[in-house]
Amino acid sequence: MAARAPELLVPKSPAEAVRAFGTGTGVTVLAGGTIVMPELVAGRLAPRKVLMLGHAKLGGVTRAKGIVSIGAMTPIEALVDGDEPLAIAARHVADVEIRGQATVGGNLCSGPGEESPRGDLQAPLIALGARAVSVGRTGKATQPVEEFVRTGRGRLLLSVEYDDVPRAAGYAVSRRPHSHHYTVLAVAAVRSADGTRVAVTGAGPVGLRATSVEKALAAGKSVEEAAALVLRDVGRTLRDDALASAWYRGRVLPTITAQALARLEETS
Amino acid sequence: MKLTVNGRALEVESPPLATLLHVLREELSITSPKAGCQQGGCGACTVLVDGEPRRSCLTPLAAVDGAEITTIEGIGSAESLSKLQKAFNETYGMQCGFCTPGMILAAHALLQRTRRPNRREIETALAGHVCRCTGYVKIVDAVQAAAGGRRS
Repeated sequence: MAARAPELLVPKSPAEAVRAFGTGTGVTVLAGGTIVMPELVAGRLAPRKVLMLGHAKLGGVTRAKGIVSIGAMTPIEALVDGDEPLAIAARHVADVEIRGQATVGGNLCSGPGEESPRGDLQAPLIALGARAVSVGRTGKATQPVEEFVRTGRGRLLLSVEYDDVPRAAGYAVSRRPHSHHYTVLAVAAVRSADGTRVAVTGAGPVGLRATSVEKALAAGKSVEEAAALVLRDVGRTLRDDALASAWYRGRVLPTITAQALARLEETS
Repeated sequence: MKLTVNGRALEVESPPLATLLHVLREELSITSPKAGCQQGGCGACTVLVDGEPRRSCLTPLAAVDGAEITTIEGIGSAESLSKLQKAFNETYGMQCGFCTPGMILAAHALLQRTRRPNRREIETALAGHVCRCTGYVKIVDAVQAAAGGRRS
């Protein structure tokens, strides 16, 4: 534990959570605890204030008026039978116990890990065109998930939402088996009436959208030609960590992308 | 903070951000949940929180205030082993025993949900549990035997 015990805030409703978070200054948010607790125990994190969201009633998946809304405190296990490609990505997260505790919010807000990528849900959410609903210094905001994961540090995520429309989905992943699986790289692709969206997890610090691939597909290029362009989208951000080198990721990513697009074609 | 541990209602005094693992081992002297990796990777600290298997090393006390906690002592005793404990014993599903409480509690939760799990379902339920000496075949055999499967 930290030498000086932090102030613990335990909101009992979303409104209390927003009030307790305030501008977010000096606040460490504790959601499922799977990432923050080891940091606290080891003393690597010594916050002044901890906002524990476990009782804030921010969890749950709702479908209403053409929108699917997933509360920030929804455990990842709650998604494993839901919409693709979110469900398959959720099934690839760790193991059933961790999935029961880790949350959607933690997956989007915890930032990149040092030894391995985090954020398995980011690529599928970006591919689904999901929006992040958050509060912070500038008030309430709704923004694309790809933007939130880059710029949302210091904000309190309340939910993510996407349009409940007919779609086809493809997903491909490179994993490293351990006691549970770590995702080295993953690509999610979604096709709806609005076109095809493609996103990558594990290539850079956070999930990102592969717009070059999307444009190539829209221009009628083949799956292989489009997939090869993914390196333009991730270019200089390729991760180099304990699971895989940047060189390896660069070699594998176009193949994974082609696999995801091929699966998208199969379900279209 | 209040906990019900293996059916006993208790008041605990550890700080609210202490891990449940710390509370069980250091305050309540229940040492069957093991302090393994202490970052959620090994499963040795697993206990049941309101019947669901959870990593006690990742769980702050404040998150389980009022909850019902079950450790291995809550599902059987040396004098009266549960079906799962007997099966682990009979199939040699353990050597050093460090991972065994977590394994058995995760398997117990599985058998509460799924009466006759197949090997794939057992492997999935135990995927987060590391055994460094026995290997996993006999452990899966034990769970299947306890469920009345063909390996019994």
